[in-house]
Amino acid sequence: MEKIDLICIGCPMGCPISVEMENGEVVSVTGNTCPRGDAYARKEVTNPTRIVTSTVRVTGGKLAMASVKTASDIPKGRIFDCVKALKDVEIPAPVTIGQVVLKDAAGTGVDIIATKNVPVA
Amino acid sequence: MYDIVIIGAGVSGCAIARELSRYKADILVVEREEDVCCGTSKANSAIVHAGFDAAHGTLMAKLNVEGSRMMPALAKELDFHYKQNGSLVVCMSEEDRPALNKLYENGVANGVEGLRIVEKDELQKMEPNISDNAVAALYAPTGGIVCPFGLTFAFAENAAKNGAKFQFDTEVLEVAPMDGGWKLHTSKGDIETKVVVNAAGLYSDKFHNQAGGAPMKIIPRRGDYFLLDRTTGGFVKNTIFQLPGKYGKGVLVSPTVHGNTIVGPTAIDIEDKEATATTQAGLDEVREKSGIAVKNLPLRQVITSFAGLRAHEARHEFFIGEVKPGFVDCAAIESPGLSSSPAIGKMVAGIVEGILHLEKDPAFDPTRKGILDPKTLSPEEHAALIKKNPAYGTVICRCETVTEGEILDAIHRVPGARSLDGVKRRTRAGMGRCQAGFCSPRVMEILARELGVDQSEITKAGGKSKLIVGTNKDKV
Amino acid sequence: MKEYELVIIGGGPAGLAAAVEARKSGIQDILILERDNELGGILNQCIHNGFGLHTFKEELTGPEYAGRFIQQVKELDIPYKLNTMVLDLAADKTVTAMNREDGLFQLHPKAVILAMGCRERPRGALNIPGYRPAGIFTAGTAQRLVNMEGYMPGRKVVILGSGDIGLIMARRMTLEGAQVQVVAELMPYSGGLKRNIVQCLDDYGIPLKLSHTVVDIEGKERVEGITLARVENGRPVPGTEEHYDCDTLLLSCGLIPENELSRAAGVELNPVTNGPAVNESLETSIPGVFAAGNVLHVHDLVDYVSEEAGAAGRHAAKYIQAGCKDETARTLPVKCENGVRYTVPVAVRPDCADGLVTLRFRVGNVYKNKKVAVYAGDTCIFSRKRPVLAPGEMETVQLKAQLLLDHPEADHITVTLEEA
Repeated sequence: MEKIDLICIGCPMGCPISVEMENGEVVSVTGNTCPRGDAYARKEVTNPTRIVTSTVRVTGGKLAMASVKTASDIPKGRIFDCVKALKDVEIPAPVTIGQVVLKDAAGTGVDIIATKNVPVA
Repeated sequence: MYDIVIIGAGVSGCAIARELSRYKADILVVEREEDVCCGTSKANSAIVHAGFDAAHGTLMAKLNVEGSRMMPALAKELDFHYKQNGSLVVCMSEEDRPALNKLYENGVANGVEGLRIVEKDELQKMEPNISDNAVAALYAPTGGIVCPFGLTFAFAENAAKNGAKFQFDTEVLEVAPMDGGWKLHTSKGDIETKVVVNAAGLYSDKFHNQAGGAPMKIIPRRGDYFLLDRTTGGFVKNTIFQLPGKYGKGVLVSPTVHGNTIVGPTAIDIEDKEATATTQAGLDEVREKSGIAVKNLPLRQVITSFAGLRAHEARHEFFIGEVKPGFVDCAAIESPGLSSSPAIGKMVAGIVEGILHLEKDPAFDPTRKGILDPKTLSPEEHAALIKKNPAYGTVICRCETVTEGEILDAIHRVPGARSLDGVKRRTRAGMGRCQAGFCSPRVMEILARELGVDQSEITKAGGKSKLIVGTNKDKV
Repeated sequence: MKEYELVIIGGGPAGLAAAVEARKSGIQDILILERDNELGGILNQCIHNGFGLHTFKEELTGPEYAGRFIQQVKELDIPYKLNTMVLDLAADKTVTAMNREDGLFQLHPKAVILAMGCRERPRGALNIPGYRPAGIFTAGTAQRLVNMEGYMPGRKVVILGSGDIGLIMARRMTLEGAQVQVVAELMPYSGGLKRNIVQCLDDYGIPLKLSHTVVDIEGKERVEGITLARVENGRPVPGTEEHYDCDTLLLSCGLIPENELSRAAGVELNPVTNGPAVNESLETSIPGVFAAGNVLHVHDLVDYVSEEAGAAGRHAAKYIQAGCKDETARTLPVKCENGVRYTVPVAVRPDCADGLVTLRFRVGNVYKNKKVAVYAGDTCIFSRKRPVLAPGEMETVQLKAQLLLDHPEADHITVTLEEA
């Protein structure tokens, strides 16, 4: 039996939640004070995911950098792979919000898209 | 071989360079730091002492009174910020009155004009925020405040305009006599000169001793300060000193020429000549003492704290004179060094002139224009200026309303700004309440563009003080 | 220079939302004055996600959130001037501003909305002793350098202050290749969102040291290290010092509304928020001058900034259309009690409220199992249970104005915390 301690991020309460796991399955969730805590804990211990935001260099633009994000959540363990995949990415201006900057980042199946409009200089 | 090499581009070195630039001579100022005004001259009370404090009969007293007298005309000639706001030495107890009278007599003997003792009622009318416990004060109407950077830049720029050269980032390691003069071993090679002027501030003992003068030891005396936001402008009108006595030695509370309030200093003797760090104890001491002579000081409005080191020597006296043939000391210049600087410049130049028998340069131009501050213009003039030079329409520093035009001027002057601090001390960009949070990236961009270097090369204050260490993901 | 009915000082989230709502309320002549080179304000450098859940029901990044409002401003054809600094606001609402193209100019609008935002508290104001080397940045300055200019301000980082910007920058610096060693927080609790503590610190193994502060900064030219110490009763405890080698200290120690213009105009400020004292219409002590967003009080979520600024835009429109309001209207000052630090507004005129009165406030400490109660005079007219209240979170209460009109005897409103 494995016990994982979490702090719920659902609200400022920050309930300390304990999850008991066996063979990768959640056996029990305790410490939460609402159903949102239960759902958060179950996801966080079985399949934690995050949106990753970063920057890429822009050539010929009014701004030097464009901000970007993963188009959807990626597994938490793949965050650094995604960042590495962006290391040498440069895109020409103009850049528009939503534009794909990198397809299938680090094999996650998730694209990286621009979150900023950058007009041509 | 130079005629004159001045070690140190502080206020003394620059004042001397300016006075010597009246003559036909090859003058070089060598400075360890990247700019003028980087040592004791940059971190002090920014006060022009009237001259009642230094003991009568000392060189310190003579040069203080002389320097203070020269300041008003010089401020016009060299266009720097100076104001005769008056000073008050506040006596906090009847027991201390004899000391107050003694100070008055010393001042009169020194030749300070207009001194008088003001009693409690008048004092409270003059300064509503004076402590209720104050019993009387010595009033010196000729006491003043000055921008120490502005004064030093004014001397340096006027010296440069009249032919003096400046070499920065050059540390003098050793001075040694040679045929017909002196050889300076520096971090950038050897420099030969007929006359050396030792204006090395905290390190003036080092060169004095190397040259063979009677052993001297400069003790760094640290002073911690608080600077308050301009919203506190007018808290006091005069510079308020506290008479040492029953309640110990206090700290001064003074307006600055730019409308801030300065509070300090401590006086802590230390070993390390580089230790310009404030300490918790030092700042606590300023906080405690600040409330003795004045009441309701809004210390919540502190925008920065800093510490400066005075070049203290046990005899508490300036050392000015030719120590060895061709080696001229301008050593142990501690407070009132800033106030005395115009007189120090004149005196040292006189000594050097006596050695080298220099010829006056008829082309000498005694005037210098400071960086144009558009805030001093009428709306019509201001509008015309922006039309002529749109850079004056772009505000870079929000807190102090400094435009790109002023920053460009600061960079392209001789000697010009090469770092954030260089721009800050010349223009006040970054000196306001946000302390460069908003403007530093933009000033870095302008410096990089104008100096033709990458933004990552820009420093806070020269040397290893780079602000940027790489680019995003370069080490990922 | 063309004259405008409404001038909005600041083109960040507050200014944009105010402009949009004022236009939708029928004001044609609107001008936004923005000091930076693009609209959007500080959102442009907040590239992380988590914005807009309330406003757009989706999670956006800062630039995307700003982009939505910028698009509306452009669609509504609302004029704006960039790189334009407002130098002065006079009591008669004369706005003096300048830029490269127009030079120095004056405007005489019927109404002004203050939307200048806030600034970060710098090192000097924190009284941290030590040297003053390169490598000390406010978190926001570092955020601009990294997110907008692509420059790394440091490699080994210590962060003082666990406000959201500090937490966000801990993650940003880590993802760009820096090593963030610790986040220290003076208070016994973090001022940041739980979500940010988990996703910006815990995800990357960055320790958070509560009740700790920086007591020394080493390095004369560039930061070489800092010393942390534990804090009790506001003072560092001797013997608890810990040294950290680092080249960078980031500060995230509070935000201060930027009210220099308001002060110059004679706008009355609330000493608790450092923002203008406003009534239910977000109107300051100068009739026709309104305030919204972080210039009024520091918000936790930009969604609330937009909501508040939208209201300011509508009230400004009403002021322009109807002229001066009845100054004799019954005014109820709002009092704060039992841990409620401040309220915005500070006074309510029930007759001038459009149906609903919005009260926003923050508490001064972490409270559990309380209820927020609002009284009209001595009568409780609202109460709501709150399992937890924290200083980092802004609280909002919306009241039907009728509840106040029903109590003509009340001469004040009280917002308080009570045992649940």
